[in-house]
Amino acid sequence: MAEDKKTNRRDFIFTASYALGAVGVGAAVWPLIDQMNPDASVKALASTEVDISSVERGQSITVLWRGKPVFIRRRTDEEIAKAKEVNLEELKHPEKDEDRAKNPEWLVMIGVCTHLGCVPLGDKGEYGGWFCPCHGSHYDTSGRIRKGPAPTNMEVPKYEFVNSNTIKIG
Amino acid sequence: MSDHEYTPKSKFGKWFNDRLPLLTLGNHLTEYPTPKNLNYWWTFGAILTFCLMAQIITGIILAMHYVANSDLAFESVEHIMRDVNYGWLIRYFHANGSSMFFLAVYIHIFRSMYYGSHKSPRELIWIIGMIIYFLMMMTAFMGYVLPWGQMSFWAATVITNLFSAVPFIGDSITNWLWGGFAVDSPTLTRFYALHYLFPFLILGLVILHIWALHIPGNNNPIGIDLKHPSKDKVPFHPYIVIKDLYALLIFLIIFAFLVFYSPNLLGHPDNYIEANPMVTPDHIVPEWYLLPFYAILRSIPDKLFGVIAMFGSIVVLVILPWLDTSKVRSAIFRPLYKQFYWFLVADVLILGYVGAMPAEGLYLLVARVATAYYFLHFLVILPVLGVKEKTLDVPLSLTEPVLGGSTNESILKNKKEI
Repeated sequence: MAEDKKTNRRDFIFTASYALGAVGVGAAVWPLIDQMNPDASVKALASTEVDISSVERGQSITVLWRGKPVFIRRRTDEEIAKAKEVNLEELKHPEKDEDRAKNPEWLVMIGVCTHLGCVPLGDKGEYGGWFCPCHGSHYDTSGRIRKGPAPTNMEVPKYEFVNSNTIKIG
Repeated sequence: MSDHEYTPKSKFGKWFNDRLPLLTLGNHLTEYPTPKNLNYWWTFGAILTFCLMAQIITGIILAMHYVANSDLAFESVEHIMRDVNYGWLIRYFHANGSSMFFLAVYIHIFRSMYYGSHKSPRELIWIIGMIIYFLMMMTAFMGYVLPWGQMSFWAATVITNLFSAVPFIGDSITNWLWGGFAVDSPTLTRFYALHYLFPFLILGLVILHIWALHIPGNNNPIGIDLKHPSKDKVPFHPYIVIKDLYALLIFLIIFAFLVFYSPNLLGHPDNYIEANPMVTPDHIVPEWYLLPFYAILRSIPDKLFGVIAMFGSIVVLVILPWLDTSKVRSAIFRPLYKQFYWFLVADVLILGYVGAMPAEGLYLLVARVATAYYFLHFLVILPVLGVKEKTLDVPLSLTEPVLGGSTNESILKNKKEI
């Protein structure tokens, strides 16, 4: 628009109409986009209870939670010691083992590699923890990333001990 | 579009054509002047059109028998293979059809790069082609997910997780793509819907691709602008039509060999195991036509930069018309470019090979060198070459080197020496 032309009532009405139109289009498009987000039935499966009474030390079980595998490992003293003695400065994603496993004997984490979502294999890799076969990420006995392309440690979900034999995830 | 006015012979034809000029379009397509020196590398456009139509037809038939639900998908594919009349044939044709489609598209793309078909005034044809290529990759990927085998599931997981590399909103994007917290039934259903849609988008773009081609006309192996009308051109029908059909026949022989004698050669045996979200197969690989990109992704030890490099490898292709600064189109007259061109072909093949191998040791090292060279070729070698290279003399027309009458001194001299 030319500089010398004064803004008049009509320009204001145009701008206001465009703005309102944009809001209207946005409001109409949003349901078309949001329908793809997780639906109510998916969200309803938000928690699961797991019986851990039969898990011996040095064993782990894998359960499905929200379509993802969750590793529940009952760690040996050796593994716990190994996880605790690591110097945090060496870590790519520094987290204390105490913060990851509230009860040091039990490590509960989402068994999904933080690189591109594969399921790492247990008791493998250079740090005695997990190894992802897809793109070669190594995790230690606390599930922390030590080597490879994954950016962060394996995620610890929200969980609690309902009693000494049951864990509730989610 | 046509240079001369076209009038239908019959009275009805004239009546119809005045209202909807379809006959004019048909006349343009048959009379369309084509360089007379087109070689067999130019037949892949027609072959690709055939591939697209064949995929659409077999795909619609498969859709009549397939069920897009995570509990039923794997079984319904086995149902197609075992129970549906000729189901095995149609599915094997469709599955191997994607491989043949990509084989043809790679030849088509590399032909363009060799003869400089991406250069002015054909940049838009090239860019539309690259969009088609990108849509083809998305379509093929989503189609690969549909049988819901182990490779399907983990391919879907790894590829959708690429978006989790986006800072801050990565997780929201992946949950949105999945319709859940992991790849599951909602993901399968939406992939099915989009796998059905995308081929028609490709078809629309193919029409634009051909339309944009018919404005300047075909490039040719010599890479010069041809005068029109001139003795350098022949009508599309019957000359090119027959040549294309012959090439298509040869192509179909290879295609039929795959379908009938080794339909699972290019597939992965793990895809005959139903999807299991608890176990990742020991060694997951994408389909062969995506391997070079997979190698680039894995060669970078950082998640975000790996994803950026992978998408970047396609972006450099899109802007190729401006990276390749040489005024001469065809590699025939560019002695240095010709060598670098074959280095690039070798580089892409090497990337494909290491993409299929585990990402460790020597393979990883080779992948890194090949990735670096890939970007070096497009971002450094090509722009510099356009300025520095001493190109050979280009003839003024196709007939000139043969019949003489050239004003180009050096060509006349060369001819005398022969």
